[in-house]
Amino acid sequence: MTGRNRWLSAYATIVYLFLFAPIIILIIFSFNSSEFSFGWEGFTLDWYPVLFSNDALIDAVSVTMRLALVTVIGSTIIGTLLGLALARLRFRGKGATETLLLLPMVTPEIIMGLSLLIFFFTLFGGRGSFGQLTLAHITFCISYVAIIVRARAVSMDPHLEEAARDLGASAVGAFRFVTLPLIAPAVWAGALLAFALSFDDYVVTTFNAGVGSSTLPLFIYGKIRFGITPEINAISTIIVAVTAVVILVAWRVGSFREDADVHVVAEEEPAT
Amino acid sequence: MTVRPTQPPSIVRRTLSGIALLPGIVWLAMFFIVPLAMMFVVSLGSRGPADSLILDRPSLDNYARALDPVFLPTFWNSIRYSVATTLLCLVIGYPIAYWISRHGGRNKTLLLIIVMLPFWTSYLIRTYAWMTILSDYGVVNSILEALGLTSEPIILLNTDFSVVLGMTYGFLPFAILPLYVSIDRLDPALVPAARDLYASGRAAFLHVTLPLTMPGIIAASILTFIPALGDFVTPDLLGGPESTTIAKIIQELFLQGRDWPYGAALGFLVMVVTLGGTLLALGPLRREVAGT
Repeated sequence: MTGRNRWLSAYATIVYLFLFAPIIILIIFSFNSSEFSFGWEGFTLDWYPVLFSNDALIDAVSVTMRLALVTVIGSTIIGTLLGLALARLRFRGKGATETLLLLPMVTPEIIMGLSLLIFFFTLFGGRGSFGQLTLAHITFCISYVAIIVRARAVSMDPHLEEAARDLGASAVGAFRFVTLPLIAPAVWAGALLAFALSFDDYVVTTFNAGVGSSTLPLFIYGKIRFGITPEINAISTIIVAVTAVVILVAWRVGSFREDADVHVVAEEEPAT
Repeated sequence: MTVRPTQPPSIVRRTLSGIALLPGIVWLAMFFIVPLAMMFVVSLGSRGPADSLILDRPSLDNYARALDPVFLPTFWNSIRYSVATTLLCLVIGYPIAYWISRHGGRNKTLLLIIVMLPFWTSYLIRTYAWMTILSDYGVVNSILEALGLTSEPIILLNTDFSVVLGMTYGFLPFAILPLYVSIDRLDPALVPAARDLYASGRAAFLHVTLPLTMPGIIAASILTFIPALGDFVTPDLLGGPESTTIAKIIQELFLQGRDWPYGAALGFLVMVVTLGGTLLALGPLRREVAGT
């Protein structure tokens, strides 16, 4: 039995390596002085300063950040409300609403991208505005936020809010001081996920972006289609570093960890 | 001040909750359902002069064109890439999910989050990483050559192998998560119980563990098959000219060829396949994703 466990652990180590090796290799090569990235020719930091003088790149980063920010705000508000309502309410058409919520998650992104392109083009006679991109991004983020918030709200005792009301809190007060703090970890986790989804999205964006609304993923794609460049390695390294810091902070702050625990507990409960 | 009855929920609260529900439903209906319906309408139309759309004479011509035997290799590519990716993700992911659940101890959540970490890193960047590893002068070929095993590069990039590898790498976390949830939910005493009743290790796995974790397996299959079927990034970056998939054709029709009605018809077919498969397994999926 121990022997089998050892095999399983060795296998697990290999899979974890498989998951991280490509990213680590990418980071290492961002410090390689060779122009063509293959073969190690010595350590350099040259590829980093170059990035900051690239106007197209700076523009793309700025568009991406603004887009992600608006998307996070929009999808977190709508998704949180939806998740809460689904967790707390019994109403006719609840099953249909849940299906409506799941559909965007099981629809290939390319379908969402092209149908929104048709929609925007027919409605506005044009495509590619920042506003259209925002609408598109919020659309594919709502479901994820709602499902995370819902999982947390389902595991929350509904009597807590009623108790607050009995003690004289207004409906708004009970929500603000009881419900919201209790679901806050899930709201933060949902917002973080929405940010990651929006920041990373290439497929929906490529269908709906235009002149002046080119995002970072579009910029990167345009470069890597024509091969490997050390600048892209450097950009990737920065993105990975920023992502790692954000995840670490989220983990330290505890909301992420707490939510992960609650989420796992909630999923362990038998179906009702 | 009125005395509030403890039950039932007040009308105020119900109204508030109704208001909470509306924005999400309206948003998804407006920006998800309506565009899908419009995609279907456009798929029945045809292309007019100067890329205009002719929609007043609906026909199924685009669907007839889509089923032309010329496209068989493309459909075949899409299907075999998605199926191979799904199977690989299940085979690689199941033991990992099992290991985290049974041997993770107090670190279960941490181990799970580490598995999910690459998912938080840009999909494009992860795909690009494989380009640097697999290219003719990339990491693998450099190592093989340095070791004296090969004298000239083995072609790894722009092959079926690299496409399936890239997709498997990209979607593996999606498979591990639902597999973990369903394995972790399984009572650990069941397998020893089966062994006590003289089942072999193999029989216990096949007749106890596997059937009971089937919801997780189905959810994992859906969550990898769908993105793999709609993926044009991986075939474009890691595949060669032979690796064209249906998703890549759709992307080209929309962004280069500008034959929207035909692209919409192909898109609708992809959606029918996806939704058909999903609806068949929606029950288990809803349990896994929604956690209820």
